[in-house]
Amino acid sequence: MPSEEELYQEHILDHYEDPFHRGHLAGATHAHEDKNPLCGDVVRIELALGDDGKINNVYFDGQGCVISQASASMLIEAMHGKTLDDVKRFSAEDMLKLYGPRLTPNRQKCCLLSWKVLQAAVHSPVEPAEKTKT
Amino acid sequence: MSTIETAAVDRTALLPASLRDDFPILSEQVGDRQPLVFFDNAASTQRPRQVIDAISGVYERTYANVHRGIHTLSELSTEQYERARTKVQQFIGAARFHEIVFTQGTTASINTVARSWGDARLRPGDEVLLSVMEHHSNLVPWQQAAARTGAVLQHVPLTGDGRLDMDAFDRLLTERTKLVAVVAVSNTLGTINPIVEIIAKAHAAGALVLVDAAQSAPHLPIDVQALDVDFLAFSGHKMLGPSGVGVLYGKETLLEAMPPFLGGGSMINEVRLDRFTPAALPAKFEAGTPPIVPAIGLGAAIDYLEDIGLGAIHRHELQLTRHAYAALSQIEGLRLLGPAPEHRTGLVSFAFERIHAHEFAQVLNDQFGVAVRAGHHCTQPLHALLGIAASTRASFYLYNTIEEVDRLVEGVLAVTRMFAPKGRQRKRRKPDE
Repeated sequence: MPSEEELYQEHILDHYEDPFHRGHLAGATHAHEDKNPLCGDVVRIELALGDDGKINNVYFDGQGCVISQASASMLIEAMHGKTLDDVKRFSAEDMLKLYGPRLTPNRQKCCLLSWKVLQAAVHSPVEPAEKTKT
Repeated sequence: MSTIETAAVDRTALLPASLRDDFPILSEQVGDRQPLVFFDNAASTQRPRQVIDAISGVYERTYANVHRGIHTLSELSTEQYERARTKVQQFIGAARFHEIVFTQGTTASINTVARSWGDARLRPGDEVLLSVMEHHSNLVPWQQAAARTGAVLQHVPLTGDGRLDMDAFDRLLTERTKLVAVVAVSNTLGTINPIVEIIAKAHAAGALVLVDAAQSAPHLPIDVQALDVDFLAFSGHKMLGPSGVGVLYGKETLLEAMPPFLGGGSMINEVRLDRFTPAALPAKFEAGTPPIVPAIGLGAAIDYLEDIGLGAIHRHELQLTRHAYAALSQIEGLRLLGPAPEHRTGLVSFAFERIHAHEFAQVLNDQFGVAVRAGHHCTQPLHALLGIAASTRASFYLYNTIEEVDRLVEGVLAVTRMFAPKGRQRKRRKPDE
């Protein structure tokens, strides 16, 4: 069983308290939101996908446990500037590796929420009405 | 613990810590090799040696299917299984042996009533009166029954301190109400509901009452005849018994009039290719091979509980709850859910403004050996009403101690410090990020 020190490593708490691109992305082309109703974790990801398939910008927002929110920040930071193909190639296993500490199956769900949301977001174009609103 | 002050504990109300020796699992270690503090009893309790021995004794010496053979083992198993039914009957004060139906658990008991009584009796526009604090097991079966029958669900709201709003109950109870289905003790708030008053009022209005006693049967004495309750449901695994067995109590006249729910072996009298006649009670509601060994284990658990006495157990838990409540209520930012200790059984749930319940459960386990529940405890609508996504719940039982509660409080304080904002900064990959 992983110890608490391993689970809440300093760089993870850093991401939790000082997240990368937390907030709203004006002019997002794609967005998706999902939650884990069992624990109430919510993550929304908004991104601007260029014609060349590059993620020009990406933001996340949400609420929930440290793992769900810190992992979202780490994922968004890693995928910023990457291509659609890079996102598709980025597996659940890669996500768990990016997070670092070994997680029990229950807490893996927290860690993989943002990964699931990002995989869905790149296929979820923002409706024109919604886009102009932003 | 320098910042926490607690009132003196009435040690005379506590059960002897020596009974912990009956529970082998309590000497286990968890997390970073911490002695186990088991505070997830509202989800499922642990078992004493007496129950474990009763279970293994059946498997080692007397096990066979029940009501089947005339061979020795089948007779022995049948006798033990039916003796467990008698123990349950006496435990809840039922008038008749055959009013006790063994099921898989509280959920199965409630579903049996919803499918059998509900489908036969509910008409479009009839109402089933529930409360907003129901466990999903006493909500979803009625949502399904409403969808099948056209019945309408009503929900009694809460007072500000997490008790049932009985003024609203009086307004919601009408001639349309056919059934009041309500939890005796909230699994999230610990609130003890006024079941006596609810049953009297419901009967006066011509409605039946189903009581979900999953959280009360392990902690408070029940007398179904004195209560005049129509249906009562509870589970073995929350009261020192095995998982896989529960009880449905129903008044004889009601159970007699209800059609069987699950069909199969045991529940029949005579079967032709195109029809069957149902068996008499209680077999009518026990299709298939029943939870033989779990039921026998539940009988042993009832023996154990009656030896100690539910009154003594409740007094013990009240001391733990008061102690926990007094200490936790002094922690800034911590919101205790539910009413004052005198209105509740042995559990405390809380939410913390900045810190998710997962963090409490994780660190309490890993660093302090304290097993608590984090999440919505199968009461999502209640959590939505309280405006929180999740809560942390510590639920006590007869083997827990004041020192363990101190360990919990110590751990909770540690979590609040550990996840307090510290001005941490993420390492920048580029200066402008």
